[in-house]
Amino acid sequence: MKRIGATDLAVNLGFLRLRNPVLVASGTFGYGLEFKPFVDLDKLGGIVVKGLYFDPRPGNPPPRLAESPSGLINSIGLQGIGVRAFCEKVLPQLQGLETPIIVNVCGETDEEYAAVIHFLNKERRIAGFELNISCPNVKEEGRCPALSPDHTFALVKLAKETSRLPLIVKLSPNVTDIVSVARAAEEAGADAISLINTLLAMSVDIETRRPRLANIFGGLSGPAIKPIALRMVYQVASRVRIPVIGMGGIMTGRDALEFLIVGAKAVEVGTANFVDPGASIRIVREIQEYCRGKGVSRVEDLIGTLRIDKE
Amino acid sequence: MLKDPAALIIRKRTWAGYVLFGLRSPRVARGAKPGQFLMVRVSGQPYPLLRRPLSIHARDEDTIEIFFARAGLGTAILADKKTGETLDILGPLGKGFVLPRAPKGKTFCLVGGGRGIAPLYFLAQELQAKGGRPRVFYGGKTKADLPLLGTFAARKVEVFVSTDNGSAGFPGLVTAMLEKELARSVPPAQVFACGPDPMMKRIAEIAAERQIPAQLSLESIMGCGIGACWGCVRKIRRGGEAEWIKICEDGPVFAGSEIVWEER
Repeated sequence: MKRIGATDLAVNLGFLRLRNPVLVASGTFGYGLEFKPFVDLDKLGGIVVKGLYFDPRPGNPPPRLAESPSGLINSIGLQGIGVRAFCEKVLPQLQGLETPIIVNVCGETDEEYAAVIHFLNKERRIAGFELNISCPNVKEEGRCPALSPDHTFALVKLAKETSRLPLIVKLSPNVTDIVSVARAAEEAGADAISLINTLLAMSVDIETRRPRLANIFGGLSGPAIKPIALRMVYQVASRVRIPVIGMGGIMTGRDALEFLIVGAKAVEVGTANFVDPGASIRIVREIQEYCRGKGVSRVEDLIGTLRIDKE
Repeated sequence: MLKDPAALIIRKRTWAGYVLFGLRSPRVARGAKPGQFLMVRVSGQPYPLLRRPLSIHARDEDTIEIFFARAGLGTAILADKKTGETLDILGPLGKGFVLPRAPKGKTFCLVGGGRGIAPLYFLAQELQAKGGRPRVFYGGKTKADLPLLGTFAARKVEVFVSTDNGSAGFPGLVTAMLEKELARSVPPAQVFACGPDPMMKRIAEIAAERQIPAQLSLESIMGCGIGACWGCVRKIRRGGEAEWIKICEDGPVFAGSEIVWEER
């Protein structure tokens, strides 16, 4: 039922076709149900649900949040319900939705990542996995796999061998050479790459001289990180062949369009969901309005069209 | 819970450090209960980024009132909004106070510290309307922290006043005043309270010693207010092991007996 002149917002990731390029990012949209009063979930490109470890996780003590200029620092500690409760309590409530559900997969060890994937493989409601390689690893003194191309390669290979479903690998920006980690993920068989996760940060209360977060460190998200995210998405998208999903501080359609223009096939909206629970749908609308205004008939025609003057 | 992107400010009252807004938002007002809160957008710009959680202070058919202190940049920006401007609000959020089934003829102690008085006015009205007898214990650092005395007086609610510096009423903490009053009067059916954490902890102890049920409204920085970010948790024990429970979704009101107080 395509109207003449209407913009085709669909994007094709190869392994998955999205009705529009706007997904909601893990950890910012709960398990999806929280937003039902505010968002028609079937209007989203996709939902990446909150990160799941195999077992329930207690999370970090509070305070877990600190606000910073145009940003939010969090140390939730991936509190969550675990795979069993997710399958028993959450997935049934997401039945009937057409929007692809992508599960963000966590693990304290490589084996735990594989166990989560193995457990969820059978669920027909799940369209794919997003491998959160930024989880502190208990066998590597808390260092996360994302910090090392070698560890990333080994973990992605294991995950890919275990998974029946498409695998997106979510990179950490807290590295000196993001392209080498992205390439390791690609070589190990990743179907797509998403980036960026939060930037390691902290905040201090000068009255008490205490860190504002009980965990001292947290992850910075929000508009403050968008220029860094954009730079990294551009670097990675120009150096890998698999699709890249961009995120980091997207608040508006204009922000999302920047990511598409530098080469992201889709975007994830994160912290904006907290500020405005309807942000994701508004961003879809704003992308559509831009395309209509510019006479772009397919949003895919914008992807990777950054113009750079050559000498 | 729903979003009203343009709740019209139809009245505003200001005191040194405190503000009250009347907001026209019929759909949000209709479902609001005492102890619930709003998430109020500070600015259309990215700084300050997060909405601010503010207690609902009163409600009528199509209006809700919020009462808050100028505490930081976000609330200062909100405090400067004028009548005729609009606010982007989410609400009503949280579960609020559990209203007693048969309050008629019973006494209830409502203990508010500073800006924590905000939800207790709404609660006092509801209790009064059902024949209950709310007795309000209103404490502040100084007399300037008690701007709502006249508001309670106008509803003929009995108010006990304390100030930390002794500039009005009982000299000392509101919790000390509550203890003193409990020692010489018939025990109330319940205690309801809202205020800073050390005050909440002390009230939980006072109520537990006397076996009076207490409902405490807790404060926290919040990311979303709707249960999605898991940023506003407190340790709560509801049988079995204590867990980090979300204040926004499962609270902000908890029974004094289920809150696990941790040293920080």
